[in-house]
Amino acid sequence: MAVHTANAPAAESAAKKESKLAGLAKFRELGLLAFILLLAIGVQIRNPSFLTIENVMDMATNTAILSILAVGMMLVLVTRGIDLSIGATLALSGMLVAQIVSASAGFSPLLAVITGIGIGTVCGLVIGGLVAWLGVLPIIATLAMMNIYRGFTYMASDGKWISSYQMPESFVGIATSSVLGINTLILIALFIYIAAYYFIGHTRTGRQIYAVGSNPESAKVTGINEKKILILVYTLMGGLSGLCGVLWVSKFASAQGDTASGYELSVIAACILGGVSIAGGSGKLSGVILGAVLIGILNNALPMMDVSPFWQKGIEGTIILGAVLLNAAVKRGVERNHLLRRRI
Amino acid sequence: MEPKTIQPYTQRTLEADRPFSAKQFFLQWEWLLAFILIGVIALNTSLSPYFLNISSLRDATMVFLDKAFIVFPMALIMIMRDIDISVGSTVALSSVVMAVAYNSLGVPMGAAVVICLIVGALCGLMNGLLIVKFKELSAVIITLATMILYRGIAYIILEDQASGSFPEWFGFFGWGYVYGIPFILILFILAALLFGLLLHKTTFGRHIYAIGHNDVASRFSGVNVDRTKVIVFTLAGLMAAVTAIFLASRMGSTRPNIANMYELDVIAMAALGGISTAGGKGRLIGTVIAVFIVGYLQYGLGLINIPSQTLLIVVGALLLFAVIVPKLNIPRFKK
Amino acid sequence: MKKYWTLILSLVLVFSILSACSQGSPGGNASNESGGDSEGESGGSKRYAFIFKNTGNPYGEKMMQGFEEAVNELDGEAILRAPDQPTAEGQIQIIEQLITQKVDSIVIAANDPDALQPALTKAMDAGIEVISVDSAVNTDSRVTHVNQADPEAIGRIQIEAISEMVGGKGQIAVLSATSQATNQNLWIEYMQKELEKPEYKDLELVKVAYGDDLRDKSVSETEALLKTYPDLKGIIAPTTVGIAAAGKVLTDKGLGGKVALTGLGLPSEMASYIESGVSPWMYLWNPIDVGYAAGHTAAALVNGDMEGKTGDTFEAGRLGQKEVVEDGEGTQVMLGEPFKFDKENIGEWKDVY
Repeated sequence: MAVHTANAPAAESAAKKESKLAGLAKFRELGLLAFILLLAIGVQIRNPSFLTIENVMDMATNTAILSILAVGMMLVLVTRGIDLSIGATLALSGMLVAQIVSASAGFSPLLAVITGIGIGTVCGLVIGGLVAWLGVLPIIATLAMMNIYRGFTYMASDGKWISSYQMPESFVGIATSSVLGINTLILIALFIYIAAYYFIGHTRTGRQIYAVGSNPESAKVTGINEKKILILVYTLMGGLSGLCGVLWVSKFASAQGDTASGYELSVIAACILGGVSIAGGSGKLSGVILGAVLIGILNNALPMMDVSPFWQKGIEGTIILGAVLLNAAVKRGVERNHLLRRRI
Repeated sequence: MEPKTIQPYTQRTLEADRPFSAKQFFLQWEWLLAFILIGVIALNTSLSPYFLNISSLRDATMVFLDKAFIVFPMALIMIMRDIDISVGSTVALSSVVMAVAYNSLGVPMGAAVVICLIVGALCGLMNGLLIVKFKELSAVIITLATMILYRGIAYIILEDQASGSFPEWFGFFGWGYVYGIPFILILFILAALLFGLLLHKTTFGRHIYAIGHNDVASRFSGVNVDRTKVIVFTLAGLMAAVTAIFLASRMGSTRPNIANMYELDVIAMAALGGISTAGGKGRLIGTVIAVFIVGYLQYGLGLINIPSQTLLIVVGALLLFAVIVPKLNIPRFKK
Repeated sequence: MKKYWTLILSLVLVFSILSACSQGSPGGNASNESGGDSEGESGGSKRYAFIFKNTGNPYGEKMMQGFEEAVNELDGEAILRAPDQPTAEGQIQIIEQLITQKVDSIVIAANDPDALQPALTKAMDAGIEVISVDSAVNTDSRVTHVNQADPEAIGRIQIEAISEMVGGKGQIAVLSATSQATNQNLWIEYMQKELEKPEYKDLELVKVAYGDDLRDKSVSETEALLKTYPDLKGIIAPTTVGIAAAGKVLTDKGLGGKVALTGLGLPSEMASYIESGVSPWMYLWNPIDVGYAAGHTAAALVNGDMEGKTGDTFEAGRLGQKEVVEDGEGTQVMLGEPFKFDKENIGEWKDVY
């Protein structure tokens, strides 16, 4: 079953012949989509300024960083891992890049982004090494590194924040500029998704990630270098976190020691909502996008609906739990249908 | 090294049947932990003149033992290859309900404490039931959702208010001594003994190891996997409520944002104690030592006023060290 | 035997790391161990501890800097601490450690007004002088409180400012932190009281939003305010994170001049928004002075120059003589009105704090 879901993007073309089956297989994402649409309509009734172009753009901009991280987290989850350190990696890369940029104003934004990715990649590589070579369990390795990276961030910051006036215009411009009226952050996120779509569905390495996730033993027998794949996945995650660190600092024009503290849970929640299985092997980009969008809508809509701030967490929890359980129930129904079909 | 043909699982559960070997006995993970503990104490003593005296060592336990109660059920859960990240929120919710029952509903404090325990157990029960009803969803997913949900409910109940002014005697939990020994320490030792017996001396405990090793096989060998899981998760909720009582007692009040991120501390302590999240391995004595290692390390470094960011790094490094050492090719020195 | 060696080696390794950490950092972090205690700590020099809300907060660092300055003037030893998360639990742990170290005084910026009471009472029972600063603890758990500014003045001055900025008319909103910090709520309360005055009858406070002092949340709360209330004329953000996030949103949306922004902010964080006119002016006290005054208050109590009772006076170094005044059932030391930062003076302050 896990393999089936993993193959879904590839199966799409073949599925045209069996439209009914494809319809069923896609139902999961459709359910989530329908849920999002219903939610959007509900919010729109309460507050007519919800579905304006401006607000949708704002939401997309605010969700961009979350959705970029969710791609990396999906790959980690697919290999049966988890990465709790991304908030700390993000903060570390953001803080270091902000310090570099504030010290030398001539630092080009592109170079800043590359530096951030580089720092994140190193952070991710360390975790990948721990997980792949030393066989440390991902949750423990990333928990430990979360503490360590966060500590480094505080140390590097020396108790200071890097504020907007210390950052050159060009650097802040990374997140505020727009091309054809679309914010750069959204474009970067789109680019990452297209690249990820190609990488996951159409390259050998991308497929190997799923193979390792759904059955490590048989992957090994098939000659897949499991260690290489694991290191790759955590390094990618680190690189994306590093990228997001730069984007975050540029977006908020401020680098703090406690930047994005606890953000990893939002990212994991987005993946889970998108149907990525913690047990590995399954997870689709389309699901992850929808999951991130749902979290983004919740963050944006609850304040706009004038919901008491004290109810927000409770509502968020109920929706996440409800969506996850509903997804599971629907999936069961789909599987039962598969079985019924087989009997006929 | 001597040839070893026994499977790890049998090795673990049939430990008592093996001939005693001093070499093996001293090459256990727990001894390494004990050495580390001694090292930590030695280090602290050399660094701070205030560390090594009875009252300091004793009062330190009152500082760090509150969350340690959750480490035991967390160890059980991790042995079963699951994880529970909702415990911090359970602490918040049960303490908030207790405070509200006492302050707003006029329930006597004694009954409020019982209510706190019940609420905690119910939170755990709900986790457990959801986990066995939705087997395709891992415990991480379920407890991630309930983590947000439970804290959300706590916020709905108490908004941003604090609720306190408990009766005088309630402060005894967090601050009291019995014959000069902190009450929390006594209860901690009691809990350690109970959980130790449960895990190592009962069929129930063996079932937990069996599930951790292979839950499908256990199911076919007649272990009631679902029931075991529900009970263990309920225990986690219950112990979270115990933590809630001690925490509320120490702070003299409670609010919805207490015990934030406790779950990560608890998981770290359990992992340091040699409980493997890959399931099936680990003993409770290790977690007890680990609790004291982390606690005394933080307390001792606090006595020489280490900045808390350094403390973060030290704890992270210690955790890594604990999981890497057994992987270094030292034969038999496996958890 | 190889395994034993590996084992011993790794043990040695880890302890060398640990001790390196513990030895290295006090030296590396100059704020930790004060200079000037070369005469030896037992040689009669008093030890004053300062606990801030959380680590890595420049506002707190500046307060600690002022505190250390005062303590050094008095030949004491300053101990500066902060938990890594802004929680009461973390502060209780630190209080316990300070009691064990037998410090002479604890100055604390509390994360919770009530939850620290048992711990602070224990400290006072052990003969430690407890003073709160910035965010107060309840009157039972302190000797006195050093108040950065009169909350009534803070509330009044911000309403005056916003009224002037929007021409005395229109919708305004407040962007707060979490409402758990007692001082935030108190200021908002005074703002609401101020708004009841007849001269503000055309000002309408439409919403108090909470940004939880998180960047991303404060941004989305600000955006929600702007969309829900399209006629919004002004935002008051009495929190340093909130005002900077609001400044960023208004700048990005090109609303500078259309929606006025004021509140309490760090000059360094707000410099670019004040220079660009998004926030015409804002307020804050000088955290260095607050810490400095707290240091002198602590010293006056420890040395027995005063008891922290209403009417007591003491010398607060360069701030001159200060008087202890009544605060409900307790007492407090009040510093002046908050300081106004505008285009004229922001340039000289942005590098200070």
